[in-house]
Amino acid sequence: MSRLEARPEPSRAMMLSSPLIAAIAMLVSGSLLFLFLGQAPLHAFYVYFIQPLTSMYGIGELLLKTTPLTLCGVGLAIGFRANVHNIGADGQLTMGAVAAGCVALYFDGTQAPWLLPLMILAGAAGGAAWAAVPALLRTRFNTSEILVSLMFVYVAYLFLGYLVHGPVRDPAGYNFPQSKMFGDAAMLPLLKEGLRVNAAFPLSLAAVAGAWFFCRHSFAGYRMQASGMAPAAALYAGFSEPKNVWIAFLTSGALAGVAGVGEVAGPLGQLQASVSPGYGFAAIIVAYVGRLHPVGVLLASLLMSLLYIGGETAQIELQLPSAITGLFQGLLLFYLLAADLFIHYRVKPRHAALPIVAKEAA
Amino acid sequence: MSPDYLIAFLASTAGAATPLVLASTGELVAERAGVINLGLEGIMLVGAVAGFSVTLHTGSAGLGLGAALGAGMAMALLFGVLVLTLQTNQVATGLALTLFGLGLSAFLGRDLVGQTVVPLPRLHLPVLSDLPFVGPLLFSFDAMVYASLVLVLLTGWILARTRLGLSIRAVGEAPHSAHAIGMPVVRLRYATVLAGGALAGLGGAYLSLALTPMWVEGMTAGRGWIALAQVVFATWKPRGLLLGAYLFGGVTVLQFHGQGLGVPIPSEFLSMLPYVATIVVLVVICRNPQTILLNKPVSLGQNFKAD
Repeated sequence: MSRLEARPEPSRAMMLSSPLIAAIAMLVSGSLLFLFLGQAPLHAFYVYFIQPLTSMYGIGELLLKTTPLTLCGVGLAIGFRANVHNIGADGQLTMGAVAAGCVALYFDGTQAPWLLPLMILAGAAGGAAWAAVPALLRTRFNTSEILVSLMFVYVAYLFLGYLVHGPVRDPAGYNFPQSKMFGDAAMLPLLKEGLRVNAAFPLSLAAVAGAWFFCRHSFAGYRMQASGMAPAAALYAGFSEPKNVWIAFLTSGALAGVAGVGEVAGPLGQLQASVSPGYGFAAIIVAYVGRLHPVGVLLASLLMSLLYIGGETAQIELQLPSAITGLFQGLLLFYLLAADLFIHYRVKPRHAALPIVAKEAA
Repeated sequence: MSPDYLIAFLASTAGAATPLVLASTGELVAERAGVINLGLEGIMLVGAVAGFSVTLHTGSAGLGLGAALGAGMAMALLFGVLVLTLQTNQVATGLALTLFGLGLSAFLGRDLVGQTVVPLPRLHLPVLSDLPFVGPLLFSFDAMVYASLVLVLLTGWILARTRLGLSIRAVGEAPHSAHAIGMPVVRLRYATVLAGGALAGLGGAYLSLALTPMWVEGMTAGRGWIALAQVVFATWKPRGLLLGAYLFGGVTVLQFHGQGLGVPIPSEFLSMLPYVATIVVLVVICRNPQTILLNKPVSLGQNFKAD
């Protein structure tokens, strides 16, 4: 019999290794699931997690999917550090895509070099505006930012649906719910011919660097971290909670919006009924698995992106259901949360407590 | 608006409200004990797919509902082990449960898309159902609608009038004091979380067995989150839940009837109504900090570990 004993101080080693433990636990249970589905676990494991990385094209796809996850995840992490929970990144991503898409369609036909920067600005503004509502309602009326930002995800989906079924539907598109394809000037440049990964990826790296600088070297970043770790002390020090909420929501909303631009001005090339297979939600997992640290978020995004790509490869090669991806994502977060227990506690055999007491008495 | 139309409208309102009544009642009890479970949406989805799958394969809606109840409890047990035993953060764990439920339900339901089952039968009550006007209005529902109403009354009675209810409230308000006088805090919290999971599972199954008797990926469409908002709307008191759920049921039905009534608004905007209504209602309730502060369980969201 053993019991949990509180550590005198949080274990730094566990803090860094628990994401790794979680990833390994997920890989092991993934292999068990493959076995259950009647696949040879090793072969399925190879197809799912290794094969995508064996070709240049696969790596390009990995980075392509890493981009929106990193952009959303970095933004969410900044807020989560301050206990501000933006759960609506998928809606903000969608509205960023809508704003950028509308700019691209409005200036359709232009070859002007300012179109792309304008789209990125519009995307960031669209995402930030969508995030501003939960922030406003939280700071002004004390409503839960979790619930409001989430409700706004569904409103954003429906708004995009309205646009592609109505105002922006391609008249020559055989009634498909999608806009016409964007012109060349409205497309993000590709990083390498033959790959689909585009200029949004370096943008996401810039976001990681910016977020790292913000958290590490800015007073606002320090204030937010303090509010997250010791709310009462932060309040006493005069740190304003509304300010944290605004910073968190506007930053994460803008970054999610840019992620939306990366999708419509990248692999999609048009507005479609859905622009995200749930990147904004997967980014919640990314933020936690990345330890709410910008560099950690980047690493976690690579892992999560591999889950998406592996899911697609496994679907094509092994006829495994694509829903496995979501299952793995959820498992990963569960394992991380469970492994985090050992940051603050250690396992101690129950009977070991007695001899120590006896020794002290003697 | 003709009486027949009004009757149809009110009848479908009850249908749309019932999953919310079930899920939010369970969540309310757990929150009164101090545990907030943001995984409601995931539990409802797994309940929906479990109920549908078992009903499809056995032909028995009763077994389907039982499976949904069990699946909801299994999901809640997972949440309980993480939050109550392993002391994980309630917000993060709840979100994880929702994401896991999304994936798990899509995985389990991959072969069920496009199939249908016979919807839950409507009860025909002797005499009452045959009454003109009143009969179709009040006595034309399936058993789950009535069961959900009884459930709310029963929950209100248990929380307000019984020793068990007193213990649950004590554990939510002051877990350390409750522990000091010998109350089994963690066990009580487990019980409320499991009850909440069972009811959320049933609420999900009501969607896939009665409201739209089929399985569609992500078919809860945010109802788990709306149910969470309902608990705030009801200021943690069962009697407010019914009003809230039927209000939202009505708004949900409005979107289907809007086009039938010839309202010249695109269907997407009508579909936004339940979500926008949720936000509006949250603002109305939360803008007065007194209501929230007075009623919200003090230890809500905080973990308890006996020293």
